[in-house]
Amino acid sequence: MRGSSFRRIAIGAVVIAVVIAVIYGSSAPAPGEGFFGRIWPILNEFAFWTAIQLGLIYGFVALGVYLSFRVLDFPDLTVDGSFPLGAAVTAALIVSGVNPWIALVVSIFAGGAAGLVTAFLSVRFHILHLLASILTMFALFSINIRVMGSSNLSLARQETILTPLTSLDLGITAAQTRVIFIAVLLLVTGAALSWLLTSSFGLALRAAGANPRMARAQGISTSASTYFGMALSNGLVALGGSLFAQTQLFADVTVGAGTIVIGLASVIIGESLLRFRGIWIALAGCVLGSIIYRLVYQWALTKDQICLGFCLDFRPSDLNLIAATIIALALILPRLGAGKGSIR
Amino acid sequence: MIRVSGLEVTFNRGTPLEKRALQGVDLTLEKGEFVCVIGSNGAGKSTLLSAIAGDVLPTAGKIEIDDIDVSRWPTAKRAKLVSRVFQDPLAGSCAGLTIEENLALAASRGQRRTLRHAITHARRASFRDRIAELRLGLENRLKDRMGLLSGGQRQAVSLVMASLAPSSVLLLDEHTAALDPGMAAFVIGVTNQVVAESKLTTLMVTHSMSQALQVGTRTVMLHEGRVLLDVRGEERSKLTVDDLVARFHNVRGQVIDDDALLMG
Repeated sequence: MRGSSFRRIAIGAVVIAVVIAVIYGSSAPAPGEGFFGRIWPILNEFAFWTAIQLGLIYGFVALGVYLSFRVLDFPDLTVDGSFPLGAAVTAALIVSGVNPWIALVVSIFAGGAAGLVTAFLSVRFHILHLLASILTMFALFSINIRVMGSSNLSLARQETILTPLTSLDLGITAAQTRVIFIAVLLLVTGAALSWLLTSSFGLALRAAGANPRMARAQGISTSASTYFGMALSNGLVALGGSLFAQTQLFADVTVGAGTIVIGLASVIIGESLLRFRGIWIALAGCVLGSIIYRLVYQWALTKDQICLGFCLDFRPSDLNLIAATIIALALILPRLGAGKGSIR
Repeated sequence: MIRVSGLEVTFNRGTPLEKRALQGVDLTLEKGEFVCVIGSNGAGKSTLLSAIAGDVLPTAGKIEIDDIDVSRWPTAKRAKLVSRVFQDPLAGSCAGLTIEENLALAASRGQRRTLRHAITHARRASFRDRIAELRLGLENRLKDRMGLLSGGQRQAVSLVMASLAPSSVLLLDEHTAALDPGMAAFVIGVTNQVVAESKLTTLMVTHSMSQALQVGTRTVMLHEGRVLLDVRGEERSKLTVDDLVARFHNVRGQVIDDDALLMG
């Protein structure tokens, strides 16, 4: 098992090295001098704060995906539907004059309900978990349009949970205020989640995912665990969707596409950077992974070439390919050296 | 106390693959009794254990534990009456969780699981004491992941886990079969200790004839889903492994004869 932590560190090192090499190689004629001078100014201030803000928002998604993929061992694609569901419910409620905080809470419950539907299909009718979640996600597309009345809604000039804060004069920019607010919200959520997962109840949840047979023998209902975990996971993702709508000031039925990949990428990046030592670290890793993913994404949006000795034409739309490749590599690398006698 | 009456279990009923694993088993274990179950492959030993644990629901018959009819209860509900150790050392615990987390899971078996911290100082201290009794040095490794332990160590910890929360019945499913002889003997020692301390009604399935005669208070032999032999007390202490083997050959011989007749 010593080898496992070594592999994690090795993967982390490789990921970081590739990211730095790509950034370094492509940032020639740099404004600054030396190594850091060439890396740092690649994002302007606006792009940087946007990246941090989206990284934190998708941090909620990463926590949700960690819960389904890692804790429950339930590969859940519902999130591609529950993220825009959170945004849609929030936008629809705010537009109709509901308090934005209430809209936020209702969004969480809407996401939770979506998770329950997937869990119900899987637990009650034994539909393969992956397929069950795809069905829910597919259906949510229609529901999201129903909720908004159209395929998108603008929240421009509407009151959001951030309006009272950004109208205060705190001596920092509106973007920084948003970042601090979301960071605090994420910290509170992360702390609550960490407390939950280390409690007796949460331990049962983790056991139900890791070894269902053992969990049942210990008196844990694995069905109940799946229902609860899936509701919580999708509630977190919908919370992210709600914050997305309230910070970006719009909701669109297409914003959910690829949510699962972004969430999974965040979880995997976090796992490779931070060794697993307790729940706190794992949750922090998810958020860190989400922020790193966004920084790379924002940087890539500003590029039209990637140079690694040679130069390739690059478009922001290529990022899906790169993200998928990184995830695949992160999943493959640990298995290469695993071999006999290793423990899952 | 366990009372099994007229227990029948049929797999794949009504299909060409139909298998009548248990064909009317009657067995009563008094409180504190330690019964060893032997039988050849397919005799129904593991099915009997699974049926009592709730993994397999009976086709017919009744299972009572402490005079409560649990025949229709799911596994998780029976867990407050039944504790188990599995044959596969990986099956009875979570490899990804630490030793103390596994112990905490087992300590709450069959009880409400609250939002309080799973591992308190008091709990950790009591875990340390219980694990120290094993004399494996594991009391200093409570924060190690369960997956780091050897098969024998995991079975020993599983036995401690099985005795942390109160239960009426302990089910052992060939829990030494995957271990080397030295470790198997050690785990049997721990088993005797745990059973004696907690005064548990125990049902142990085993492949080893000598184990079946030396361990526990009573030996039951299953064959083709029925109880073939049930000995205890003086009769049992006189029985030797050779006698048991002879009995085995006896029934085996009959089977062969039957087959020969069929073929003829």
